Amino acid sequence: MKRIISLMTFWKIIGVCILLAGAVATTIRFTKGLGASTNLSDEFPWGIWIGFDILCGVGLAAGGFTLVAIVHIFNIKRFEPILRPTILTAFLGYLLVIVALMFDLGRPLQIWHAIIMWNPHSVMFEVAWCVMLYTTVLALEFSPVLLEKFGMPRLLKAIRHISPVLIIVGVILSTLHQSSLGSLYLIVPEKLYALWYSPYLPVFFYLSAISVGCAMIIFESILSARVFHKGLELPLLVDIVRFGMVILAVLLTAKISDLASRNALHLLFLPRPETYFYWLEIGIGILLPLIILGFPKVRTSRGGLFTGSILVILGFIFNRLNISITGMEAWAGISYFPSWMEIMVTLAIVTAGFFIFSAAAKHLPLFSHEELPHSAGKKIDLNEDLRQVSQLTTLETGYAALTRE
Amino acid sequence: MSHSKALLIDTTLCIGCNACQDACKQQNQLAEGEEKKLSASAYTALEEHDGIYVRRMCQHCVDPTCASVCPVHAFTKTPEGPVIYDESKCIGCRYCIQACPFQVPRYEWGSTYPKVQKCIFCYSRVSKGLQTACAEACPTGATKFGDRDELLKEAYTRIGAEPGKYVNKVYGVQEVGGTSILYLSSVPFEQLGFKTQLESTALPMLTWNALSKVPSVVSVGGVLLYGIWWITNRRMEIQRLERRQQSQQTGE
Repeated sequence: MKRIISLMTFWKIIGVCILLAGAVATTIRFTKGLGASTNLSDEFPWGIWIGFDILCGVGLAAGGFTLVAIVHIFNIKRFEPILRPTILTAFLGYLLVIVALMFDLGRPLQIWHAIIMWNPHSVMFEVAWCVMLYTTVLALEFSPVLLEKFGMPRLLKAIRHISPVLIIVGVILSTLHQSSLGSLYLIVPEKLYALWYSPYLPVFFYLSAISVGCAMIIFESILSARVFHKGLELPLLVDIVRFGMVILAVLLTAKISDLASRNALHLLFLPRPETYFYWLEIGIGILLPLIILGFPKVRTSRGGLFTGSILVILGFIFNRLNISITGMEAWAGISYFPSWMEIMVTLAIVTAGFFIFSAAAKHLPLFSHEELPHSAGKKIDLNEDLRQVSQLTTLETGYAALTRE
Repeated sequence: MSHSKALLIDTTLCIGCNACQDACKQQNQLAEGEEKKLSASAYTALEEHDGIYVRRMCQHCVDPTCASVCPVHAFTKTPEGPVIYDESKCIGCRYCIQACPFQVPRYEWGSTYPKVQKCIFCYSRVSKGLQTACAEACPTGATKFGDRDELLKEAYTRIGAEPGKYVNKVYGVQEVGGTSILYLSSVPFEQLGFKTQLESTALPMLTWNALSKVPSVVSVGGVLLYGIWWITNRRMEIQRLERRQQSQQTGE
């Protein structure tokens, strides 16, 4: 026990150091500009703030919409116990993505321009709108936790009334912008190396977001169980990993057949840095997890699940960084490596996310509903409300007929 | 696009005097001093390839990639030909720099309130019927201003008149859907650093193919998700009703 506490303190001290260094980097960024704080240039205008903070950040938050769809649309209620922490992670993820964007944009205070100055031909415009709307949806999806905590039953009821709409809108918005982050690169057919450039980039981005969403659900559940001493729903995670593996297998098949259809299979064996990075991405993120999780013994063990999910997450990060950095370097003719300030800002944002999540886990009813005083005796069941709504509307007549029989 | 303006740059006539850059810097109030590469203070620059000078500048695409990718519509292709930039709209995402197939837009990296810098085809002059500052300054006629259609005709006439002097190609006719800057050369264009691999379709079509599917994702996805939700919930509801009826019957 004592060892665990000291370990936690150790990580906290590291975290505070990172935040301090991040504060220094932030000051330089906003007083001296992008040139002084980053290694970006006209040849390489997008670095890790886009490649990691945005592309990976949004992808890693995909657990939110995946699980919401599983629980509320496909109605697989067993997963409800892990829904709230997953929604919170997604919500925090999107807020932090917006924070990172404020660092990366040259004129961050004009970020709101996208609201009134439209260009429907721009993928970036679509992403901007989807992220704005989906962050709002996530805030509303998460709001019941706060409304319960602070005892606001009327608002809670209102939110539950609109929740079916929220859920469907949320899944559609996620589908759109997860894939659109891939569409961003459709415009650079000459610049992005042929192992990655494909007309199916949006499809690959979507599939990989779902698979990494599953991995994140598993990773977070196991980590939360360890850190916050919450019960672990291992059988649930095993089901999630099965679903994730199917998606990974589909993704792998799609990627190979895409390479084949573009006559690019030979690129897999060219002795170039891109080749090695591609194999790292596929090996760590798809092949290895599919192999090790293929063994039922590994798949059903906590350690196996944890390792598998970390591999998928790492492979995903590799993929996004490969597309945004490795794959763009050859054409740009320069090699890019982030400055310490770019790295520290990124680490500080991730650290802030961890701190906020653990504070929320401590103080908000995230993991189990029974701990709540206001809901004593009455379990919060979102689905119950969905049913009531549906009864009021379309189903009423059907049920009336059924019961008469 | 018939009265769309263009520049015909004949690299065989260029003597590398740099008058175009000087005039450009004066016209656009950019920091003085000769520059060999495009920069935030040089909208045009002369490159030398084995004694042949090539003017680099924004190509003013017929269907510009920068205008298509900009989320806030800071770039506009004007009917007169110039692709202009509205600094007041720009949020600084730099997607234009990332996406431009000719690697033209430059950023003011040193500024805390940076803007994108690129040739704007002297829009204020062209819209008044004047020619660009660079064309006016060019002492040899290497840069010639005019209607795109007529300049194209002239380019082919020059090639036809001296087929031994020119390679049989006008760069800019069809690259990424065509550009308003046309080039003539005596050596294959790739030797002068031109990107000759570019497709003849405009790049914005690539993203539009994906973007145009958004309405169907929304409508089909919405109906599908609502349908699945409706069915799964109905099934649970029926199960519940059946259970209730059963318990009522056994109760009786």
